Amino acid sequence: MNLDDYPLISDWVTVEDGRIVLRSGKVDIGQRISTALALIAAEELCLDPSGIAIAPVSTDDSPDEGITSGSNSVEQSGRAIRAAAATLRRLAITAAASREGGDPSDWRLEQDGLRGPGQNDPVPLTKIAATLDLDVPVERDVTPIARDGAPPRGRMRGIEALVDGSFVFLHDIEEPRMWHARVVRPPHLVAKLVCLDDDVVRDLQAQGFRVIEDGRFVAVAGPGEWPVIRAAEKLGRAAEWGTGDGIDDGDIFALLTTGNAHRLKIVDGRPMPEAEIPAPLDVIHAEARYERPFTMHGALAPSAALAEWDGTKLRILTHSQGIFPLRNAIAESFGLEPVHVSLTHVPGSGCYGHNGADDAAMEAALIARHLPGRPILLKWTREDEHGWEPYGPPQAVEIAATLGAGERISAISVNSIGGTFRGRPRPGPDRAGPAKLIANWMREGGTAPQPPKPNMNEQGGLHRNIDPIYAIGDRRLVKNLVSDLPLRTSALRCLGAAANVFAIESFIDERCRSSGQDPFAFRKAQILDERAIEVLDVLEEAAGPCREGRGIAYAQYKNSMARVGVAVDLDVTDEADVRLHRIVLVADAGRVADLDGLEAQLEGGALQGASWALEEAVTWDRDGVTSRDWESYPVLRFENVPEFDITIIDRPESPALGAGEAASGPVVAAIANAICDATGLRLRRLPMTGEAIRGAALRA
Amino acid sequence: MGLKLNINGAEREVRADPDTPLLFVLREELKLKGAKLGCGLEQCGACHVLADGVSVPSCVAPAGSFEGKKIVTVEGLSENEIGRRVQEAFVKAGAAQCGYCTAGLVIGATALLTEMPHPDREAAKAALNPHLCRCGAHPRVLKAVEMAARR
Repeated sequence: MNLDDYPLISDWVTVEDGRIVLRSGKVDIGQRISTALALIAAEELCLDPSGIAIAPVSTDDSPDEGITSGSNSVEQSGRAIRAAAATLRRLAITAAASREGGDPSDWRLEQDGLRGPGQNDPVPLTKIAATLDLDVPVERDVTPIARDGAPPRGRMRGIEALVDGSFVFLHDIEEPRMWHARVVRPPHLVAKLVCLDDDVVRDLQAQGFRVIEDGRFVAVAGPGEWPVIRAAEKLGRAAEWGTGDGIDDGDIFALLTTGNAHRLKIVDGRPMPEAEIPAPLDVIHAEARYERPFTMHGALAPSAALAEWDGTKLRILTHSQGIFPLRNAIAESFGLEPVHVSLTHVPGSGCYGHNGADDAAMEAALIARHLPGRPILLKWTREDEHGWEPYGPPQAVEIAATLGAGERISAISVNSIGGTFRGRPRPGPDRAGPAKLIANWMREGGTAPQPPKPNMNEQGGLHRNIDPIYAIGDRRLVKNLVSDLPLRTSALRCLGAAANVFAIESFIDERCRSSGQDPFAFRKAQILDERAIEVLDVLEEAAGPCREGRGIAYAQYKNSMARVGVAVDLDVTDEADVRLHRIVLVADAGRVADLDGLEAQLEGGALQGASWALEEAVTWDRDGVTSRDWESYPVLRFENVPEFDITIIDRPESPALGAGEAASGPVVAAIANAICDATGLRLRRLPMTGEAIRGAALRA
Repeated sequence: MGLKLNINGAEREVRADPDTPLLFVLREELKLKGAKLGCGLEQCGACHVLADGVSVPSCVAPAGSFEGKKIVTVEGLSENEIGRRVQEAFVKAGAAQCGYCTAGLVIGATALLTEMPHPDREAAKAALNPHLCRCGAHPRVLKAVEMAARR
């Protein structure tokens, strides 16, 4: 846990120039974690959040909190900051009492400072705090400040600068002597560089560009972004690639079978490496298979990084979600000591998981190593990002059930089958970190890719939310990791939970429909968790009178985090296109840290889920990925954005729970269920495009 | 060569080749970095600017083709009454997550409200459809447009 490694108040909270400064290892990727952390500290310290500063996240002086992922930031960093701030509050009150007199229990912290018995002039908190020794341990059992009333609703930090264009993204950075760079890429991962036309290279070098050729890694750098883009186009035409047999373009879903996979029994969300794979059910009354294709993160900004090599040290600015593991992987790639590699997080666009950010950082570093003393700003192109980011893996979920009275499930088996979500450059044996960075696959003497290893963490990877939330005595759960897929994959928002929740909540809906039961009543009869039942009750009320084209779904993220119930109202047009009308969403995410941020995360997660449900699938052929822009990889646009009706159940007495990924899976399932409600057609493969619905209608 | 552009109310003489897409002239030569490079294909809306009040992409069209037009970037928007209202409404509605699409959307919303002071939701969606947002800030953007129109 983060407080074990960083136990002091000063690891998290300091006072500098009369301001409270927060330090966190979690990076802001548009999920507003910095707004939430400031609100948490502001609540504990009775301060205005706008007066609280947040230190940049850097490998030099931030707590190492691993990767910003899994909706863990509010729970992990938020908990540490709340405890550190609450300890600081207690120490400040004790110090004020001992200096000014009175018993600490008679002192109160208010908006304008600390106030003791019979005292008119409050003592500003920061004034007292500045005199305290903060290199003392955070008290883990300190009581968080009580809340009476509505949860805080923060204004997003930085939004004023976003609307007037002054917000600085990594892509906007300029430094003295800085050059731009672009990479020239092969048509696909297995292509070999046959030759690079010397005349073109000489010509470009004569014009002041530098061409970097290192194995199959080819890049160009120079002053000015537009000239470098033009130079990269010329260099691209000068590269001849041997494409060999190309990449396998067979049916991806035919590869996703239990016979093709490394299998692991799952019990209580954990893989059991020693356990025998459970036998199939003796009696199967219902079974179905649900599928999801390769999907991309599709960041709006192509990945970028700035790197400078001074002959001894590498300095990198990156929008990676995991600057500490990436620092170690880059250091190992170049045989450098980690202390000689410094990474600082600078905002990029939203990433939704492991996109091209880490690869861009490594590539910028590689180019910078060829051009010592010069800051290099590398940007990927749109085509790079679409074609080379590590995709979310395809997944198939096979469910079978034995049914009892009233169609209730008495035994269930779930096989979740798919590719790896574990493509991040985490350090490990056999150069595991370097082996995850594509520049190392390309450059001379680099590190080849390695076969994926199953994620053994509780609720990790493919088995996230494989365990149905319903009270079913006999559950036979297996994760099935398939290697050797034709495209590279890694962590995408929700990991396996999106497909597992889509499958389980579709399967439940199918049982309701085949037995003519109400989807709320059917679920509630099989759920023991009272907070889940409350979510469903509130959802039923909020959704209002029945209409045709409504589907519902419920899940608790990782079976332990935010609970989300969703009702989707939609219409299916005569052309079989889905028009979303309304998403009614009810969430219980424990104690709310930032109500506005929580709602924004739920809306964003819901709309990404809707985009996966209706639009997104990576396509490719033997010659490479064919989803290379926003036309060949359509995503949800404004025209299909529904109305939102969100209810948050605040639980001030319970720990705060992350919610950035909690809504997507339920929304995918609710859309599938609503399409079935509208058309009678059950779609079990994403995306549920007009074409897919027309195909299902023809087969029906 | 030399190229004369009217940007945010000022006549600017720029050195760039007239074939250079406007976006790169704005960002590199004039250091106006509010408009973003998202695709370079006129598909995502992140680079939109106003040209004679119309919201247009700047990532492909050559700077030379903007001669004689009044260009307004997000940096110059607060000079415009509607633009300022849109910016305030975006802040109030919290209409951004990562914010990479925001500058383009603020431009798009300003053009819409200039053309149509009281758009209904469907008209707002249609007008903003060229703009991609991957974080899912759409509902707040639509709310911001409504707030700006009401005032």
